[in-house]
Amino acid sequence: MRILTLTILALSLFWTASASAADVMEVVKNANHVSYYKGKDGRAKVTMQIIDSQGRSRAREFIILRRDDDDTDGKQKFYVYFNKPADVKKMVFMVHKNLDRGDDRWLYLPALDLVKRIAASDERTSFVGSHFFYEDVSGRGVDEDTHEILEEDETYYIVKSTPKDPNSVEFASYKNWIHKGTFLPIKTEYYDDQGQKIRSYSALKVEMISGHPTVTASRMENHETGGKTLMNYSAVKYDVGLPENIFSERYLRKAPRKYLR
Amino acid sequence: MFRTLTFLLLMVLPETLTAQEIKLPEGLGDLSIMMESEVEEPGLPFDLSGFLESRIGARLGQDAHQKDMSIGELRLQIGIEKEFDSLTFNFVSDFLYDPVRDEHSLGLETGQGFMDIREANVTFSPLDFMDVKIGRQVLTWGTGDLLFINDLFSKDWNSFFIGRDDEYLKAPSDALKTALFFGDYNLDIIYVPRFDADRFIDGTRISFFDRASGGLSGRENPVLVDRPDGWFSEDELAARLYKSFGAYETALYYYNGYWKSPAGQNVTTGWGTFPRLQVFGASVRGPMSQGIASLEGGYYKSADGASIDPFVRNSEFRLSVGYEQEIGPELTGGIQYYLEHRLDYDSYLAFLPEGAIRDRQNRHLFTLRLTKLLMQQDLRLSLFNFYSPSDKDGYLRLHISYKIRDSLKVEAGGNIFYGQNIYSFFGQFKDNSNIFTALHYDF
Repeated sequence: MRILTLTILALSLFWTASASAADVMEVVKNANHVSYYKGKDGRAKVTMQIIDSQGRSRAREFIILRRDDDDTDGKQKFYVYFNKPADVKKMVFMVHKNLDRGDDRWLYLPALDLVKRIAASDERTSFVGSHFFYEDVSGRGVDEDTHEILEEDETYYIVKSTPKDPNSVEFASYKNWIHKGTFLPIKTEYYDDQGQKIRSYSALKVEMISGHPTVTASRMENHETGGKTLMNYSAVKYDVGLPENIFSERYLRKAPRKYLR
Repeated sequence: MFRTLTFLLLMVLPETLTAQEIKLPEGLGDLSIMMESEVEEPGLPFDLSGFLESRIGARLGQDAHQKDMSIGELRLQIGIEKEFDSLTFNFVSDFLYDPVRDEHSLGLETGQGFMDIREANVTFSPLDFMDVKIGRQVLTWGTGDLLFINDLFSKDWNSFFIGRDDEYLKAPSDALKTALFFGDYNLDIIYVPRFDADRFIDGTRISFFDRASGGLSGRENPVLVDRPDGWFSEDELAARLYKSFGAYETALYYYNGYWKSPAGQNVTTGWGTFPRLQVFGASVRGPMSQGIASLEGGYYKSADGASIDPFVRNSEFRLSVGYEQEIGPELTGGIQYYLEHRLDYDSYLAFLPEGAIRDRQNRHLFTLRLTKLLMQQDLRLSLFNFYSPSDKDGYLRLHISYKIRDSLKVEAGGNIFYGQNIYSFFGQFKDNSNIFTALHYDF
């Protein structure tokens, strides 16, 4: 009986500790999970409004399908089917995301019936011409930075992350406001080595979808150029039951209509 | 007791909180800046897309065999897609006004005239592991970048050389495509019931070196050909068996048909011929270092007796090796080496008529591609150069495009041919070097 009491005591202490001070790695991993690995798979219609410093606007619209290989928050597959602008309509961009090496990427050009293999590029370049980077859309490896909790209040953990390889990225560090209730990063600010804010992300709207808190509107700003991109997620679904073979050459050439409507 | 407690403790882990208990972040950004969610247009009962463009180009030098204008056309493309249950119908056609061509009669296979049907097909999956596409379609496979070894589907070299969009390098085929998926192994079988030739350089657009006359020939004297055109008898078959090993994509290819551009001559009429051709090939493509590498080879087995017939192109071995990677921000570079190796070369030499131009046994070709994107990818600069050290000739393609709006783009470019000899592959097109500009509106 004594042993049992002690065990309970120890356990409850452990849980209390984890709930308050929280291991920074746990916070970061949870944030990564709720941002990029909700459900076994997911689909959404994404619209982007890309606005330059002079207020000129460009639009993008695509359907994104995502499937996790397993539940370890590791490898994933993405299928991006473009609707707008008209010159890229029906083009498909496919990614097999790897953690141990560069991602595998393909582009399908329907007018040529061409399946093109694309060299894995710098993850920190523009995704489809927007101010979001590839890495913002598919996630940044949690082990690529060292993390520390700078501050903590009732609502947020403020986590500072510093890249282990500073030459691989354009920033010196970034700060993440991670919401305690949901673990969603609500704001991210990137700084250069002078401590100047160069880029920032803001979640503008969070909705509960199939039990998953989901950012459905967000903004990425580039403070150096004055440009920004607004991103909107609609028709979001989780656990759609996407078959793995959707993410193959067969479905690049023949779009899986029932999952794209 | 212990179990119950553990269970209760587990219950409060974040993952298992029920929706009602989770407090969502509040007081976030100002949503009024977001665009109004677009009301879906009730519109058409089918999916419509296309573009309207004008494209004008001029030769850089004088060519006595051609007009000064290399291209001058107004083109409207209409694409219609419609699904009925499990069938998808697709129709894409171009309508064009083209004052550069003198001939305006309609040729749906040669792409001549006011209408060029690019696609008219139906796609369906009769079995879980089978996709079928019947009708006019654009077909592409293989690993080369603007180099084709095992892709023996029709090309339109005229469009390519006068500055039309890259998509026009591919001419449509009237074919039945069956794609079979057996898990790891996949098989494509394409049957073309009547031979579809390339839209080859015949002089009407681009002048070329005529070996028979020993001089340049152009629109006053276009190439005449005996085209195999028997339905179900003069047909083509192409197959590809492919499989991935991790990130590496491998494929085996087979083709049975005819040389796609004239590769022989009828001695009596002097007309060009399309001798029989079989191709056996293989390719592999995958990540290497920071980029993508590819290797492709093919054995071109020409018609029987080709080696002793000076009027039929010999069998060949072809090879390409390529590598592409990102070399800077929004800058991609690609290099390729390509070889055409003439087989039975001794016999070719022995049967070559007196005084005829003697081709080398090997044609070596290097290509370089550079693509740079600027201004949030609205501005695109690209360069593609073919250079052959064995032929001492080459071909430089320059292209720049800028998107004024999402739907409106201006383009300019050039096709520059150079070479030491007038009879070499690219050298013969020297007088056709041209520049062009286009205004393109998508809908």
